[in-house]
Amino acid sequence: MKLKNRLGQGDFSFLAPIIAIAIGLLFGLGILLVSNPGQALDGFITILTGAFRDMRSLGRIMYFATPIILTGLSVGFAFKTGLFNIGAPGQFILGAFGAVLVGIKLPQLGGVHWLVALLAALVLGAFWALLPGLLKAFANVHEVIASIMMNYIGMYLVNYLVQNNIYDRLRNQSLGVARSAVIPRWGLDKVFPRSNVNAGFFIALLAAIVIYIILNKTAFGFELKAVGYNRDASKYAGINEKRNIVLSMVIAGALSGLGGGLLYLAGTGKFIEVVDVLAAEGFTGIPVALLGMSNPIGIIFAGLFIGYITVGGDYMQLYDFVPEIIDIIIASIIYFSAFSLIVRNIIQRRLKLRGGKVQ
Amino acid sequence: MEYIIEMLGITKEFPGIVANDQVTLQVKNGEIHALLGENGAGKSTLMNVLFGLYQPEKGKIKIRGQEVRISGPQEANALKIGMVHQHFMLVDSFTVLQNIVLGQETVAGGLLRMEDARKKVVALSERYGLKVDPDSLVSDITVGMQQRVEILKMLYRDNEILIFDEPTAVLTPQEIDELMDTMRGLAAEGKSIIFITHKLNEIKAAAHRCTVLRRGKSVGVVEVAATSKETLSEMMVGRKISLEVNLTPQSRGPAVLTVDKLTVRSRRQGHAKNVVDGVSFSVSKGEILCIAGIDGNGQTELVHALTGLMPPDSGRLTLNGVDITGRSVRYRNTHGLSHIPEDRHKHGLVLDYNLEDNLALQNYFLPGFQKHGFLRREKIREYALELIERYDIRSGQGPQTPARSMSGGNQQKAIVAREINRNSDLLVAVQPTRGLDVGAIEYIHRKLVEQRNAGKAVLLISLELDEVMNLSDRILVIYQGVIVADLVPQKINMRELGLYMAGSSPAAAKEGGH
Repeated sequence: MKLKNRLGQGDFSFLAPIIAIAIGLLFGLGILLVSNPGQALDGFITILTGAFRDMRSLGRIMYFATPIILTGLSVGFAFKTGLFNIGAPGQFILGAFGAVLVGIKLPQLGGVHWLVALLAALVLGAFWALLPGLLKAFANVHEVIASIMMNYIGMYLVNYLVQNNIYDRLRNQSLGVARSAVIPRWGLDKVFPRSNVNAGFFIALLAAIVIYIILNKTAFGFELKAVGYNRDASKYAGINEKRNIVLSMVIAGALSGLGGGLLYLAGTGKFIEVVDVLAAEGFTGIPVALLGMSNPIGIIFAGLFIGYITVGGDYMQLYDFVPEIIDIIIASIIYFSAFSLIVRNIIQRRLKLRGGKVQ
Repeated sequence: MEYIIEMLGITKEFPGIVANDQVTLQVKNGEIHALLGENGAGKSTLMNVLFGLYQPEKGKIKIRGQEVRISGPQEANALKIGMVHQHFMLVDSFTVLQNIVLGQETVAGGLLRMEDARKKVVALSERYGLKVDPDSLVSDITVGMQQRVEILKMLYRDNEILIFDEPTAVLTPQEIDELMDTMRGLAAEGKSIIFITHKLNEIKAAAHRCTVLRRGKSVGVVEVAATSKETLSEMMVGRKISLEVNLTPQSRGPAVLTVDKLTVRSRRQGHAKNVVDGVSFSVSKGEILCIAGIDGNGQTELVHALTGLMPPDSGRLTLNGVDITGRSVRYRNTHGLSHIPEDRHKHGLVLDYNLEDNLALQNYFLPGFQKHGFLRREKIREYALELIERYDIRSGQGPQTPARSMSGGNQQKAIVAREINRNSDLLVAVQPTRGLDVGAIEYIHRKLVEQRNAGKAVLLISLELDEVMNLSDRILVIYQGVIVADLVPQKINMRELGLYMAGSSPAAAKEGGH
C-alpha cells in the first residue's frame, strides 16, 4: 500500500497489466483464427499451457526470462529516474562481448572466472551508457537520440572486435568460452533437466532486489527519482543533478550489460554472431519494463511472463504453425501487454471523470 | 429582464466532497460582479458548470431569463459567454490578429480573408482602448498585452458575458490599473462581467456587487461600495483577518548576508546589458529587508545568484562571515541559508513526491534521516507529522498526500514549513504570497515576522506594494538590475514607492529616508 501510493498508482497497479495481458492474448487468438482457423483453439491452449507441461519447460521459462529481466530493469530503472534508455541493445551486446572476451582470454582465473567475466559485462555495459549520460547532463542532448546512435555504433564495434580478436571464421561468430567461464548450474539442472537454466536467474533476481532497494530505501534513490521528476527542484534542494543523471544512465547500462553477459555465458551454444542486427533482448526490455510498470519486482514477473509465452509458443510447432507465425503471435501478445500504461491511464481518466479533483 | 445570468441552487458533488452546495449567482446586465472565495471554495467549479464542462446534480441556469441547459463550451459560446483564462489560451507562434480570429476565420473560396477581420479588430481595440499591435507575434509581446488579446478574442466573438478568471495574478501594478479601467469601460458599454478573484483591493476598485463563496456554499451577496474590505475578507475566510502587521521596533544585529558589487550578465544572446548590475547590500539579524521592484528587473537573477542556482559573473557574497560566492547550493543550504523560491512548482516542490518526501527534501541526507545511505522512513514520517501539525498544513491523506493534489496555499505552507523549520540564519523569501488567498497571506506574513522577531535575517523579494509597505524594516528598490533607492517605510507613501519602482526618480516626491 505504502509503495503503491508512492508510485502514485493508487490501487490499480496490478489491474492494469492484467487487463493489458488479456487484450494481448485476445489479439493473439485473433491472429491464430485468421492464419489457421482449424487449429486455432488448440494452438491457443498450447501457448497458455505449454510452459507447464514438464519441469524442463519451467526451467526454460527462467532461462528465457533471465536476460530480459535485466534489460527490463535497465529500462525501468532509467524510466523511474526520468530517462528513457532505448540504448539497451547496444549496452547488452557490449556486455556480451566483454563477458565472452574475458571468458576466452583469461581461463587462468579458475573458479572466479565466470564472475570476472560477468563483471566485465557490467563494466562495458555501463561504459556504453556513460556517453549518452554525459551528453544529457552537460549538453542537454536527449538520451533517446544519443543512445540510439550508440546502439549502432556498439553493434558494429562488437562485430569488428569479434572478427579481430575472438573470431570463428568458419561459423562467422565468436569462439566458445572456456568451461570455467560458464555460469554454474547450482543444481538447477537436476530440478529442471535439460532446460539450460543456471545461476544467472538468481543473479537477475538479486539485481531486481538491489534496484528495488536503491530506488525505494536509499537516499541515493531518493535523489535519483527527485532528479527524474523535477530537475529544477532537485537543483534547488542542493542535489547534484548532473552527476545523478550520469549515474542513472551508467547503472541502467550496467544492468543491460550484465544481461548480455548472463545470456552469452549460459553455456548453451550461444555465440556472438557477426550480423547487422541489434540485440532483440535489448528492445524486449522496453515491453518488460512497461508491463512491470517499471517496478523492479513487477519486472521479474513481466520477464517470467514473456518467458512463459515464448516457451508455450515453441510447442505450437506441433500444430502446423510455421515459426514465423508463432513469432508474430508472441510479439503481438508482448507488445499489446506493454500497453498496461495506456490501460492505467484509461482507468485513471475514467475515475477522474467520475470525480477527481475539485478546484 | 434584470438578471442576464442566473445560476440558481447549483449543487455539484464529487466523491467525498460537495464542491458547490446550493450556490446561487445572479449577475445583472452591465455590472461587474465579483466572485470571491479562497482557493478551493468552488469558484472554478461554478464557472465550469456555467461553461458546460460539468453537469450539476441540482439547480438551473437562466441566461437572459431563459432557462438553458449548457452541455459544452460551444453552447456557452453560442450564448455569448466568453472567458479569459488564468493561463492564456494563445498560440505563441501566431500573430495577435491570427490569434484573435482563430476558429472564426473569414474565408472566401478556401482562402483566408484577413482584411475584414483586421478592420474589426482595429475598431474594437480603439473603441475599448485595448492597445495591441495586430502583427506582432504573441511570443514577443508582454503578458499584459497578451491579456488584451484574450479580451479582444471575446469581443471579436461578440460575447456579452465576460468571465475573468483571476486576471491580475500575472500582471504588474500598472497593468492591473489598466485592466481595471478596461473592465469598467466594458461594463459601461453594456457588457456583463464576472470577475473571479481573491484580491479585495481589486474588488473594491472595479466591482459593483460581489458574491462570496466559502467551502462550496454562497455566504452572501453584497454591494461592494457599501462593504468594507474587512467585512469581505471575514465573509470569505469565516473569521477576522488582519493584514496589518505590527513590527515592534528592535535593534538590528550584525550582518548575516553581505552582497558586494554583485553582477549577473544577461544569458540571452545579443543582450550585452547586465541583468543584475553591481548590487551591494547587507541583511542583518532581526530585520526584514525587502527588495521591491516590478517583475523582471533582475530580482530572479539576483536570488539565483544568492542561492547558488546560477553563478554570478562578478561580485562577492558573504554568509555569516564566510565567502560563499563559489559554493554549491548544498553548502549554502546547510550553512545558514533557507530559500522560499519564486516558483513553487518549478523549484519549490517535487510535485510527484508526496508531502513527507517534499518536507524532507532539504534534510533527507542528514544523519537523523538516513543511516549508511538508507533512508530512515520512520524518522521522515515523524518529522513530516510534526511539521504538518505545527504549520497547519492541510491535505487529504496527511504525509502520504501527493504534493500535486494539494491546494496552492497548502503547497506554499509546506515549503514555508520546510524552510523555516531548518532554523537558518537567513531566510530568502521570494514572492512568498503570490497567488494565495488572504488567509494564507496572513499566515505567511506572520511566519516571516516571527522569524524576524526571533533574530533571523529575512530577505523578502516582493512585487506587492501592500506587502512591501506592511512588512519591511527597510526597503531597497531595484530597477533594471540596479538598486535605485534605500528607504524606510515610515517615511514614504505608496505613491512614492510606486514611482521609485517605475524607475522615475521622484524629484517631485520628497526625498525618501536614507
